[in-house]
Amino acid sequence: MSNQKHEHHIIPLSTYFKVFGALMVLTALTVITAQVDLGGWANIVLAMFIATIKASLVLMFFMHLYYDNKTNLIFFLGSVLFLIIFITFTLIDVDYRDKIYKEGAMSPQDDKSYKEYITKQPSPSSDH
Amino acid sequence: MSNNTQPYLQHHFANKEQQHEASKLGMWAFLVTEVLTFSGLFCAYVIFRNIYPATFQLCGDLLNTQLGLINTIVLITSSLTMALAIYYIQNDDRKKTIQCLAVTLLLAAVFMVIKYFEYTHKIHVGQLPTGEFFYPNLPESVGEGASKEMIRPGFYFSIYFMMTGLHGIHVLGGMAVIGAMMYNTHKGRYSSEYYTPIEVTGLFWHLVDLVWIFLFPLLYLIG
Repeated sequence: MSNQKHEHHIIPLSTYFKVFGALMVLTALTVITAQVDLGGWANIVLAMFIATIKASLVLMFFMHLYYDNKTNLIFFLGSVLFLIIFITFTLIDVDYRDKIYKEGAMSPQDDKSYKEYITKQPSPSSDH
Repeated sequence: MSNNTQPYLQHHFANKEQQHEASKLGMWAFLVTEVLTFSGLFCAYVIFRNIYPATFQLCGDLLNTQLGLINTIVLITSSLTMALAIYYIQNDDRKKTIQCLAVTLLLAAVFMVIKYFEYTHKIHVGQLPTGEFFYPNLPESVGEGASKEMIRPGFYFSIYFMMTGLHGIHVLGGMAVIGAMMYNTHKGRYSSEYYTPIEVTGLFWHLVDLVWIFLFPLLYLIG
């Protein structure tokens, strides 16, 4: 009980205002850069990069993750990890399924065993 | 350290620090499920943007960037006042805590009013989800090639209304909780010794801000 005074870290007001200022500057930056056509994916990558910096500032200082018990950070990063897995793998599926079919590797139209599978009731011993 | 001097300490916690940490971890677990709830919509956005790039580009231009920017500033400012409310309750200044919470609530209301004007305008001109879409003045393409064609504009607005709608529901929910926090602070239930509910409400409110930080560029800016 000797560290009663330290148990809740009180972040100085100046930190909150600095973070707020940074968020405003980054918001202005994201609006300005969106007016310029950088070509291809550059605009979306830049906008998401700035948004990620803004989100990190909010998480670290407004949500105190920078000062907190690291368990909270690990929990949150877990959700980010699964968000990335979710979107990446769905995108890979949607983008590349056609190509696999075109190359005949797994085309349902060409695959005899697949046709048998959907037209007949497969016997328990059939190999499909 | 007897329980009699700390009526807010529940018997199954060793001390108030542990109780505070456990509550916060529970809130973070909830925030994880919130991120995953929104991730379904973000995933839909990425997939459909990938399939219909021109549709997203042209429909994105129909959104009012100024209103989106004002709402971004309003929400970030409300996040600041929420953080300040926690700072003041940590310093036992209940009056300023209530003032900060009130400003947060007011800014949330401003956000919802702007959202209301955006929605009514879109409903009026027919920028609506698939099936209901009837907005007539859309260009057909943004250049040469099949991928530059404007197809199924309703898809964009389905995603727009779902994403901003779910976010708006969170803002309304947050407003209700912030109101409850103001009432409880006014009743003197919180102090620098015990302010976990306000801190946990703050975490929720910042998450709502986080979602908007990504929604704003995705929906309003990248055209």
